[in-house]
Amino acid sequence: MNHQPAHIIVVKGGWLTTVQDLGRYGYQHYGVPISGAMDSFSTRVANRLVGNSDCAAILELTLKGPELKFEQDAIVAITGADLSPAINGNSIPLWESIAIQRGSLLSFGAQRAGSRAYLAIAGGIDVPLVLGSRSTHCASQTGGLQGRPLKPGDILSGGEPGRSVNHLIGKRLSDRLLPPYRRPATLRVIPGPQRNLFSDTSLATLTEATYSVSPQSDRMGYRLTGPKVAGEGSMRFISDGTTMGALQVPPDGQPILLMADRQTTGGYPKIAVVISADLPLAAQLSPGDTVTFAPCTIAQALTVLRKHHAQLDQALPPRDTSFPSQ
Amino acid sequence: MFRILPLGDSAITIEFGDQIDPKINARAIAFAKTVADQEWNGILDVVPTYRSVTVFFDPLQWNFSVLTNKLRTLRRLSPNVTEPNGSLHEIPVLYGGEWGPDLEAVAAFAGLTPAQVSALHASTRYRVYMLGFSPGFPYLGLVPEQMAMPRRSTPRTTVPAGSVGIADRQTGIYPTATPGGWRLIGRTPLDIYRKTGTDPFLLKPGDLVQFRPIDRKEFDRLKPRDIV
Repeated sequence: MNHQPAHIIVVKGGWLTTVQDLGRYGYQHYGVPISGAMDSFSTRVANRLVGNSDCAAILELTLKGPELKFEQDAIVAITGADLSPAINGNSIPLWESIAIQRGSLLSFGAQRAGSRAYLAIAGGIDVPLVLGSRSTHCASQTGGLQGRPLKPGDILSGGEPGRSVNHLIGKRLSDRLLPPYRRPATLRVIPGPQRNLFSDTSLATLTEATYSVSPQSDRMGYRLTGPKVAGEGSMRFISDGTTMGALQVPPDGQPILLMADRQTTGGYPKIAVVISADLPLAAQLSPGDTVTFAPCTIAQALTVLRKHHAQLDQALPPRDTSFPSQ
Repeated sequence: MFRILPLGDSAITIEFGDQIDPKINARAIAFAKTVADQEWNGILDVVPTYRSVTVFFDPLQWNFSVLTNKLRTLRRLSPNVTEPNGSLHEIPVLYGGEWGPDLEAVAAFAGLTPAQVSALHASTRYRVYMLGFSPGFPYLGLVPEQMAMPRRSTPRTTVPAGSVGIADRQTGIYPTATPGGWRLIGRTPLDIYRKTGTDPFLLKPGDLVQFRPIDRKEFDRLKPRDIV
């Protein structure tokens, strides 16, 4: 196959398909959200399967995938949620490098597991760097393809693929490294910076109850419904820095799990924070899904994260330094 | 105060105080700059807020105790600043009318006339305590107590870019069109977030802002023309 930079026509945009990478770091002090792929694990795997660097731009597909017409031969990999991908109507596997011939139509069907799928193309997706990243932040119309989701008629250009990518065809991630998308999902949490504003009973409630992801959930955050987590006193709190995975508690006692598009600062106290290693699992939740939170220490969180990275590096070595590591 | 709090496994927040105070804020901003100036590998973001600094790090390159020890050392090296610690910007504002649809409500709240509210708003010198909410959105303070009207209970679905609003003792400028719940009293023709520029953000933490009332004619003259 002769791999030119990809040239892809968007036939259908899907429910919410955006260009993302590992996030827009370095501008949070100007109020610029990190954004980036919700699921960094699936993003890394997809990129490594097609010979890209970890920080190459990919497409993030949500619940209902797009229809894409390939005008050139390409090598792709789809990871994360199973949204029933097919080439010219024939199902294709996830977590594997696949050759697509020019003229083919890549489409998606039923959502079978998870919520967000990641499509990497050898050479990456060529959109301009905005403040150091190709990630789309729709709320501020920043980055990606004109700061918005894909729509019919859009044309995506790829970057130049690595010199030789043909040998990658058929490469796949070992089954034992596939993330479990079971429900309820279990996410491990570290006590948050304002843990002291909450009673021990509240922290126990958070880690013993089952919460469900409400319909008011998006890339910014998930509103959870379940037993109330009550704060002590007035809960008046001066806005400070937020992070992906923070569980903030507004006055109604229903926690909000902050995700990739979160604002850089927030005024609700944070009772706990989901560990980095479990954020890719959080990324695969959507409205109606259930979730539980298990207590964890920072030391345990780092041990798990190091193990995940070591396993992935062994199975699929990075093309260059994987930065940032979260 | 120098209180170090973990924010998950890859960020920490250092608190310098428990209140909104220019001296505490100046200390936080100066410390954030000292940390950022080290250009340590694996430090991803240093974010000063009202009275704290959040440092984001790569957890594979740093661990909590090594980083907190280095930050404690830096604190001793960080200059003992006094406010202000930034530059002064004059921001022209067209108050009231369609540009500031809540000016009359704020005047009623304050027991003043709309003209008195805009004069009072423009006669106060504000400090950029932090940026947040959306790219380039400055949290300015403090608004005189009398006109410190709380947010709308239901936010507007779209607030035009350049809108100047009040929320309690804070005032701010919407850099881009976003939803928002602040009381809108005017609009600036200045573009405070230039997406394509080399220095896209006009206002930086610690800067000072003085609003200057302008009329419709000057607003139209200063408003950059959309490039067609």
